[in-house]
Amino acid sequence: MERDMKVTLSGVTLDNPVIPASGCFGYGYGMSEFYDINILGSISFKGTTREARYGNPLPRVAECSAGMINAVGLQNPGIDAVISEELPKMREKFHKPIIANISGFSIDEYVECCRKIDSQEQVAIIELNVSCPNVHGGGMSFGTSPNSVAEVVRAVKKVITKPLYVKLTPNVTDIVAIAKAAEEAGADGICLINTMLGMRIDTRTRRPIIANKMGGFSGAAVFPVAVRMVYQVSKACSIPVIGCGGVETAADVIEMMMAGATAVEVGAANLRNPYACKEIIEALPKEMERLGIERLTDIIGIVE
Amino acid sequence: MYKRDIYTVTENRPLSAKTMLMVLEGDTQYIGSAGEFVNVAVEGKFLRRPISICDYDGQTITLLYDIVGEGTKIMSQLTPGAKLDLLTGLGRGFSEDKECLRPALLGGGIGCAPLYNLAKKLLARGVRPVVILGFNTAKDVVAKEMFERLGAEVYVATVDGSMGTKGFVTDVVREKSLECDYFYACGPMPMLRAVCGDLEWSGEVSLDERMACGFGVCMCCSVETRSGAKRICKEGPVFMKEDLIWK
Ligand SMILES: Cc1cc2nc3c(=O)[nH]c(=O)nc-3n(C[C@H](O)[C@H](O)[C@H](O)COP(=O)(O)OP(=O)(O)OC[C@H]3O[C@@H](n4cnc5c(N)ncnc54)[C@H](O)[C@@H]3O)c2cc1C
Ligand SMILES: Cc1cc2nc3c(=O)[nH]c(=O)nc-3n(C[C@H](O)[C@H](O)[C@H](O)COP(=O)(O)O)c2cc1C
Ligand code: FES
Repeated sequence: MERDMKVTLSGVTLDNPVIPASGCFGYGYGMSEFYDINILGSISFKGTTREARYGNPLPRVAECSAGMINAVGLQNPGIDAVISEELPKMREKFHKPIIANISGFSIDEYVECCRKIDSQEQVAIIELNVSCPNVHGGGMSFGTSPNSVAEVVRAVKKVITKPLYVKLTPNVTDIVAIAKAAEEAGADGICLINTMLGMRIDTRTRRPIIANKMGGFSGAAVFPVAVRMVYQVSKACSIPVIGCGGVETAADVIEMMMAGATAVEVGAANLRNPYACKEIIEALPKEMERLGIERLTDIIGIVE
Repeated sequence: MYKRDIYTVTENRPLSAKTMLMVLEGDTQYIGSAGEFVNVAVEGKFLRRPISICDYDGQTITLLYDIVGEGTKIMSQLTPGAKLDLLTGLGRGFSEDKECLRPALLGGGIGCAPLYNLAKKLLARGVRPVVILGFNTAKDVVAKEMFERLGAEVYVATVDGSMGTKGFVTDVVREKSLECDYFYACGPMPMLRAVCGDLEWSGEVSLDERMACGFGVCMCCSVETRSGAKRICKEGPVFMKEDLIWK
């Protein structure tokens, strides 16, 4: 039997729910040296800021059991160069609508970047990364307070026409309060989770492995945390949720969807296995058959 | 093009207490030049291990690697017949066709590895490289005979003076008053800094940095150069001396 893998995010229909997560797939065209990336549901490109950013000093990565810590520091060429150089290259290799991951260090910056990216035909959804520190708010991350999340969402919604998904940081006490604040402020969807704050130490040199000391922990190890948060948020909100965090297999995708995700992003798994998304998509029909699933949309949030 | 494939270990033996030589059999068509690397998936480890290609031909890849942590320890325990998942086609290697008559090939410790295939290719086109290998102490010295067997002129430096010149590779250049017209270097950062600072010849160096993907998508290995930010795994690992910024 033909298995239906199509899902719809705020009116945007994807052939399947598998989306490489921001920062783990570049702008896609590099990955097309491994396989034809048009099998993907969509792609979320690298977090983009107003100005070009070099990011943090090296080393930027530390390995963990079943995961990794990164402190890239949002290296990107800046919104104008992304639009003039990266998006055309991306379009050559990927012929489907994409997700634009936007970061900022002030409300003005988010607004300006979102306004610019909104007019790009390729872009179907804007994904707001609110894990960045607010330089006007004492350096606290936007995503750690319901008020500041709501403030950014309201400001951005005024200047865009496309669906806005807010990508939340898990480094908070009450994820539901933050998600609800985003929904009430007008967000069209929620994406979670971003990385968890972590640290590794080189016991020989007695120094942190990462130059920035701390960084974002992700990979298979965070999967249960992501499932839990997707579950809590999808139960509390009525807007769609994109689940992200530790996904490595087709079974993980189905589990994430049962928890409440409409689509699923795959991050760090791509870095070890560049074919991770392809293998997941190819394995999905078999896994659906094994679990007696005809349409993926039937299982979204099926868990009570 | 990049390629992931499964390779068969045909040889895996110690060259010294910490250095191993591994030969793998499998597809090598995506390897383009000396100085490229492979990214090795180690069972049970989340990230791959980047290792330079020491030598390759139509069917085989040779790696020289130090046992430094858990990943390379696991690699060292593999026996002939074992399978390894490798990514190939990674990185931009040395300029093998550089116009030069007598280049110096400077290897610091395990940094000698990628210079081997380079030396072979230089010799094959009639260039006479001078190979200078630096180690901490005599018992760490590896690959000296491998380079000698190619017919290269080989010098060794050891920090404690237990073999060859006492000091670093740059001390050999001084002591022997070597006249070269170019250099290729690979080794630890302090050595590369000294090489780029001390030698007046133009040259290129292969950098070593922690990586996540190894194929250019995560930005974990990006280094600032005079011509902007460059990914060590993609635009590198080999960079022109003139392009590097030493802080
Ligand atoms: C382009 C390139 C080529 C290299 N070529 C060689 C080679 O030919 N022979 C060789 O012996 N070594 C080489 N290295 C270094 C080699 O990658 C590390 O020694 C190895 O990854 C250590 O793994 P481990 O699990 O034993 O150590 P652990 O310390 O347990 O590793 C933990 C993590 O740190 C990373 N790591 C630790 N040390 C280094 C290092 N020096 N460089 C990069 N990552 C590191 C590991 O990859 C892993 O992700 C190369 C590195 C790069 C970037
Ligand atoms: C190297 C790296 C870079 C990342 N860069 C970004 C980014 O620019 N913007 C963003 O919203 N998330 C970024 N993330 C977070 C991922 O998109 C994802 O939310 C997180 O890693 C959890 O998923 P995973 O466990 O599948 O990796 C990055 C993650 C990694 C590993
Ligand atoms: S290691 Fe990922 S970009 Fe170089």
